[in-house]
Amino acid sequence: MGKRVGMEVSIAVSYAVGLARAEAIAAYPITPQTHIVEHLSSMVANGELEAEFINVESEHSAISACIGTSAAGARTFTATSSQGLALMHEVLFIASAMRFPIVMAVANRALSGPLSIWNDHSDIMGARDIGWIQTFVENGQEAFDHTVMAFKIAEHHQVLMPMIINMDGFILTHVVEALELVDQEMVDRFLPAYHPRHYLDPKHPVTMGAFAMPEIYTEVKMKHQVILMNSYDKIMEVWQEWGKLTGRSYQPVERYKTQGAKILLLTMGSLSEVAAIAVDELRDQGVPVGLLKLRLWRPFPLAALREAVGGAKTLIVCDRAISLGSASAPVLSEVCSAFYSLSKRPQIRGYIVGLGGRDVNPEDFKEIVAQAQAKPEEGLSQEFHLFGVRS
Amino acid sequence: MSKPLDQMTWQEIELGGLLREPGSARAYRVGDWRSQHPVWTKSRCIRCGVCWTVCPEAAIVEESGGYFDMDPNYCKGCGICSKECVTGCISMVAEEE
Repeated sequence: MGKRVGMEVSIAVSYAVGLARAEAIAAYPITPQTHIVEHLSSMVANGELEAEFINVESEHSAISACIGTSAAGARTFTATSSQGLALMHEVLFIASAMRFPIVMAVANRALSGPLSIWNDHSDIMGARDIGWIQTFVENGQEAFDHTVMAFKIAEHHQVLMPMIINMDGFILTHVVEALELVDQEMVDRFLPAYHPRHYLDPKHPVTMGAFAMPEIYTEVKMKHQVILMNSYDKIMEVWQEWGKLTGRSYQPVERYKTQGAKILLLTMGSLSEVAAIAVDELRDQGVPVGLLKLRLWRPFPLAALREAVGGAKTLIVCDRAISLGSASAPVLSEVCSAFYSLSKRPQIRGYIVGLGGRDVNPEDFKEIVAQAQAKPEEGLSQEFHLFGVRS
Repeated sequence: MSKPLDQMTWQEIELGGLLREPGSARAYRVGDWRSQHPVWTKSRCIRCGVCWTVCPEAAIVEESGGYFDMDPNYCKGCGICSKECVTGCISMVAEEE
């Protein structure tokens, strides 16, 4: 058992990065991610972490510098949020295409406009297709655990892909939680030093980030897709190893009271804890409802999701982002695709909740479950309900 | 190039798409893009080398006697040499269909 302490989640994330002995950090402060890099900057300045901290003038430069340090063979970390992630956008695809195992914490926040510093998932849903491994965490303990594990997953020689840990801005980043930390000795055994397979070496010069002709671009994308999909097994291996060491094991799709459930809620991130309270209360009232927590977003855990849904009659997908102009929502459309080819599939209902920092309470989930039990209308012009919108 | 690009399978792509062979861009003949090419009138050329200096593709080669000509594999026909020529001895001639 590790030491149990009260700690702000952002500080816990930077502490995890320190335990992982990151060698290079390049970041630009943005609310609500700032505490993470601010604390890392102090750790480097105080000599508590032997790393290169590169101050940059923008997130575009932050992620570009990370590609540079990773290309030099350094274990690299960065963190951002919202507009910062958006400003990184074009470079994010390059980091994954070049197979650099950069680890990034994203404190999820709504995108402007209108300007909002509060939480939703519109930032990461805009970066859905960047070719990184992406996971969501539910609480501070998970934010800590997954930050350490991310380095091991990303650097696995059969993976070598950058990885994002999504954590809800403010709701997680700015709260003090009771956390069970692990010690340096354990992390050193779990996570050995990074030995890069490809790096810049004047003795063996290579070209990185070359141009690709139409004759080869498709093959490059195929390889990226295969490596990213195959990273699933390695993610599972690392999560299981962590489970043995700490007693905290994680699954790509986690189940809560799904036994005998006819209705399933599906949530991501911190919404899962709120939904679990609603499930407890509804179960007490005899409503056969359960909860699925989608932890792994990329690679999308298709088989695990189908298995977890099992024979449930209704699946309620809760998105925390709106895909403007779409008839569906980011997670909803992906989940619908996962079941479309199956002859036996649940009735899937979509709800968009908690945009731009609007609180989502257990009562809201109860209301959603009540609405979803009613017979669905057919031929709707859009597949989702924008929950709680005033009209 | 170890293997022509159009025969390479996805499994053969190097880690991170990196290239180990130096100067592989040479295999890409950008001269194919050209719709016009420079022609030097030797009688008016003073062999100053301005055209060689300003060519953005380094596709102008010095020949024996100090005169210049284009390298047909890499000249894109941009016409900068013609524009900058001190004596106006370079004219751009359209490629034949």
